[in-house]
Amino acid sequence: MHPAIRIEGVAKRFGSVQALDGIDLDIAPGEFFGLLGPNGAGKTTLISALAGLVRPDAGRLAVMGHDVVSDYRAARRQLGVVPQELVFDPFFTVRESLEIQSGYFGIRDNAAWIDEILENLDLTEKADTNMRQLSGGMKRRVLVAQALVHRPPVIVLDEPTAGVDVELRQGLWSFVRRLNRDGHTIVLTTHYLEEAESLCGRIAMLKQGRVVALDTTNNLLRRFSGHTLRLRLAEGRTLPAALQARVVGESGSEFVFSLERCEEIEEILRGLRGSDCSIDDIEVGRPDLEEVFVRVMHRD
Amino acid sequence: MDGFRTLLYKEVLRFWKVSFQTVAAPILTSLLYLLIFSHVLERHVKVYDDVSYTAFLVPGLVMMSVLQNAFANSSSSLIQSKVTGNIVFVLLPPISYREFFAAYVLAAIARGFVVGLGVLAVTLGFVGLSWQAPLWILAFAALGGAIMGALGVIAGIWAEKFDQLAAFQNFIIVPLTFLSGVFYSIHSLPPFWQHISHFNPIFYMIDGFRYGFFGVSDVPPLLSLGVVAACFVALTAFTLWLLRIGYKLRA
Repeated sequence: MHPAIRIEGVAKRFGSVQALDGIDLDIAPGEFFGLLGPNGAGKTTLISALAGLVRPDAGRLAVMGHDVVSDYRAARRQLGVVPQELVFDPFFTVRESLEIQSGYFGIRDNAAWIDEILENLDLTEKADTNMRQLSGGMKRRVLVAQALVHRPPVIVLDEPTAGVDVELRQGLWSFVRRLNRDGHTIVLTTHYLEEAESLCGRIAMLKQGRVVALDTTNNLLRRFSGHTLRLRLAEGRTLPAALQARVVGESGSEFVFSLERCEEIEEILRGLRGSDCSIDDIEVGRPDLEEVFVRVMHRD
Repeated sequence: MDGFRTLLYKEVLRFWKVSFQTVAAPILTSLLYLLIFSHVLERHVKVYDDVSYTAFLVPGLVMMSVLQNAFANSSSSLIQSKVTGNIVFVLLPPISYREFFAAYVLAAIARGFVVGLGVLAVTLGFVGLSWQAPLWILAFAALGGAIMGALGVIAGIWAEKFDQLAAFQNFIIVPLTFLSGVFYSIHSLPPFWQHISHFNPIFYMIDGFRYGFFGVSDVPPLLSLGVVAACFVALTAFTLWLLRIGYKLRA
């Protein structure tokens, strides 16, 4: 079976900037895939190359086995892209925008599916409202709807929750999760790393046009992050000398230990008990993607 | 509907939704031209025997409206889509560059025809016209609209801001249309300017179009048709090439 997305040796230069520098990536059908990186890392350029908006200098890209250049019609029918910018056509209503977008993909009589998308994105009441009169969050949801009108098996969301309030964001993710459960491949770029951590099964991190980390979310968390133990000692107590070497952060009577294994908690507590050192507060920190991201971006 | 027909429908719907600005306003402008020029020049200018100046003026104004509005339609639609970013809605679907070209140019012709027919309808109240060769009228209107629609596509994809498009329109399109014989016959010009006028393709569009009404023209209508058809082919080839390489549309 073809991968949902295949990216082979893709390079793109804009003037003196090497936006993409030999990207290789396969994304399997049904994956919920995260594409992360700082601003200017090449995420949007890569998505644009996939969508045919940018023509790479080298390499090839395919969607569901269809080359995005030589077989662009089939490739584009397989792909729905939610662009990063909040763009809309001010001449049309929400429904007209969706009908026109359906027509661009050669789909007639798409009313039933359009109604379903509007319902799921909580836009039914705004169906006959001109795009200009919608709030930013609603315009964002219409962009999602436009990307879905042709029922593409692969959906790319380029920072879909930028500027969207919490309630709408949760509604959007619930809908996107459902699409993923129904078999759609989802590719997500976002700056909200907690969203990527909770949604994406696999993540690629880009830096200066190159993939610098690529693994399942769990493996990345295990490799680049870990649990931490934060202790605040009772007043007047000092940390036993044997434990000092294991401290990774210190502030007054508060000490932070990095844990590779959860069993280390017991070892540290045993050391404290042996020195008759009482504790005022204790907290175990879970690994998070933000820490992974920072470590990956700062390593050579 | 397929992508081409939808894009054509969208482009027609776009100008129709703001028809006060895109249809009614240019009709009123042409009517004002007719009232002012015919009032001032009717008794002073005689171009062809048996054709009054007002009658001479009407086909020129109709064709000028067709040309200017065809250009305005494709160019303003594209620059607006580029500046606001919604051009992606057209670039993401499986629409070929040929379909893209055909849809924008046909919509430009449609707007040119709607405005041209509007101008013709209101001016017929002021003067009677003969219809010597209706097929020539149609051919020149269609080819002229297509040429200006294609020019509009070029200007729309070349311009990065409204200012640049306005410059294209005000410094190229408007002078070429005003100096093409809309308001006068080039035979009334000094020899040097008569000679220069022959390098203006819009002169041939106006002259051939006017031939369809009166059966007389400044240059043979076949020559005009040849020049206009050659311009259409050349501009179509150039515009298709720009679209194929993705000039300023696909980085």
